Amino acid sequence: MPLHVGEKAFKSRVEKGLGNEFMRGAVRSAQGRLQDSRSNAAEELGDWEEWRNLGQEIRQHTMENLDFYLQQLSEKVAERGGHVYFAETAEDANHYISEVIEKKKARKIAKSKSMVTEEIALNDILEDRGCDVIETDLGEYILQIDDHAPPSHIVAPALHKNKEQIRDVFKEKLGYLHTDKPEELTLFAREQLRKEFLSADVGITGCNFAVAESGTCALVTNEGNARMVSTLPKTQITVMGMERIVPTWEELDVLVSLLTRAAVGQKLTSYVTALTGPKEESDGDGPEEFHLVVVDNGRSKILGTEFQEALHCIRCAACINVCPVYRHIGGHAYGSIYPGPIGAVLTPLLAGYEDYKELPYASSLCGACTEVCPVKIPLHEYLIDHRRNIVEKENKSNLSEKLMMQGFNKVAGSAGLFNIATKMAPFLVTPFVRDGTISKGPGPLKAWTGARNLPLPQKERFRDWFKHRTKGGQHIANRGD
Amino acid sequence: MQTGEIKNRETFLDKVAGQLGRNRRKDNVIRPRWKHQVQWKVLADLTENELVDVLEKQCEVIHTDFIRATEKELEAKVLQVLQAYGVKTAMTWDDPRFSSFGLTNKYVDWKNNNDIDVFKWDIENPVQSRRLAEQADAGITFSDITLAESGTVVLFSSGGKGRSVSLLPSTYIAIIPKSSLVPRMSQAAREIHQQIESGEQISSCINFISGPSNSADIEMNLVVGVHGPIKAAYIVVEDR
Repeated sequence: MPLHVGEKAFKSRVEKGLGNEFMRGAVRSAQGRLQDSRSNAAEELGDWEEWRNLGQEIRQHTMENLDFYLQQLSEKVAERGGHVYFAETAEDANHYISEVIEKKKARKIAKSKSMVTEEIALNDILEDRGCDVIETDLGEYILQIDDHAPPSHIVAPALHKNKEQIRDVFKEKLGYLHTDKPEELTLFAREQLRKEFLSADVGITGCNFAVAESGTCALVTNEGNARMVSTLPKTQITVMGMERIVPTWEELDVLVSLLTRAAVGQKLTSYVTALTGPKEESDGDGPEEFHLVVVDNGRSKILGTEFQEALHCIRCAACINVCPVYRHIGGHAYGSIYPGPIGAVLTPLLAGYEDYKELPYASSLCGACTEVCPVKIPLHEYLIDHRRNIVEKENKSNLSEKLMMQGFNKVAGSAGLFNIATKMAPFLVTPFVRDGTISKGPGPLKAWTGARNLPLPQKERFRDWFKHRTKGGQHIANRGD
Repeated sequence: MQTGEIKNRETFLDKVAGQLGRNRRKDNVIRPRWKHQVQWKVLADLTENELVDVLEKQCEVIHTDFIRATEKELEAKVLQVLQAYGVKTAMTWDDPRFSSFGLTNKYVDWKNNNDIDVFKWDIENPVQSRRLAEQADAGITFSDITLAESGTVVLFSSGGKGRSVSLLPSTYIAIIPKSSLVPRMSQAAREIHQQIESGEQISSCINFISGPSNSADIEMNLVVGVHGPIKAAYIVVEDR
């Protein structure tokens, strides 16, 4: 499954989301629970703002020195007998992984959850080569069994499905005979997947954070599937986005502490598994061969730009869980495996504005995302930056907005025109005024006044007021325009 | 150990440096002292006994049974827990602490009186060890470092301390020497960082385990017990 999911047109994706009553109910209740857990965990910890500052400070330093830390990481992994491949593109990564799998003559691949492998569409490539690829995270497993349905949330991928739907999928595809109780469904998945873990030739994992000083990859999980995948198969391949790295174990502590609280309100998840290279000779279990694939796939072009902090993201989904727009349209409407505010920021950066020019507008700019982000990414400000880029540089906005922005630029850019326009405003809108507000505005005002009223322009302009204002009876603004 | 291969690194990292608008930084990057040091304030002034209380309370949150024992009582308490869970076969690490805490010499009694078989992880027979772990009702390990705040046992797997023991059986039992308690992950991370700084090789697998496995992937309902253990118990033993 590549970065893009669902239908091409944003509008039809949104309509589909708005029309899906169950999905919207599920999202509402999930958002509520996740938000509560997060804010309780933050409150319980105390000094949450200080923690966020620390997280931001660490991410900034790491990104500024990313080449150094990636080099250190690769050397440490190699010292411990692991192989490291730096993949500039999705194709590079898929090619290397396919080669390893071919060399091992592997048929069965067990995977634990990894967004970056979704992004590079690794499963498709491996399945085309005749491999049996099994997603073992419960949510991902459900989606895979259901004809490879796309995820709608980065932490809880099957959030949009209810238990009856899941029961039916298990029944139809796997001959499941029990009820729709989550306990029974989960036990069934445990039994099915245990066999797969024990017989898989290769395990593929993602990486929450790599630790440069020791060449360690840390996996933050609850189900235990990532432990299975890194304990039982003889070969392990770990795929990481190149920004998922910390300098030392001390920073690993801080970012894991932020991640588990911001994502699910846990002090720590059931498992934080820190893997360094393949197993040692004296170890009885663990992989004999270890490969780390570091993926760029568009990330490096974000470095050195105004959007660099988007790479600070630790994939907690706190911004998704508070977003009022996500609440209504759901994850699939974003058309990207990265939905919500971070998806609206990141997806156009990775895949360009052409296909994703609507995403920065899928936001009310309320700023709730920025407020909860555990590493203080200025998400809603980035959405405004995207909108500016789309209008000014890329020329890709819709016509009315373009005219508005261009008109504003023209008028505001000329002192004379601006003067006239602001003086005329109270008179020009007169035909639209009803009860002292504008209720049916023309042109660019139409979308706004379709649902609400707009206050009237003041009769006295700010510039005139400023010019004539007095301080203590004394006229102070005596310079001309 | 044979050094691994690194492929395609130089062009990749040159591009990263180029995007950052400078030449490659290959050395001399000093990790700053962070302005914010908030992690060290958490549970900072607690005594060891108070940390045990914090751990006990957190065990309720993570669906883990919590038992206290003196060194003398330990054997009886472990047996009680095994019986309470209906365990017939258990697998332990090959770890000298099992004998220094007086457990290994009780296994014969457990077998004769209680019909409980105990197997030890055997690095000479890894395939058989893994199969036994897969079939065992319970896995038992000691905790290497214990984090009070999150109810976490830290396990340094290597050699006789197999990864599978705390993973494959449906019940997991951790014996926690009271002296292994620290406030939170920060202290454990610093200890590992210091090992690395002093040139020691860290374990190929370090697990931070907080209770049984779980998932909320179906309608956000918490289900305890997914791929890893379904039940977990911590036994804190007074060791000083």
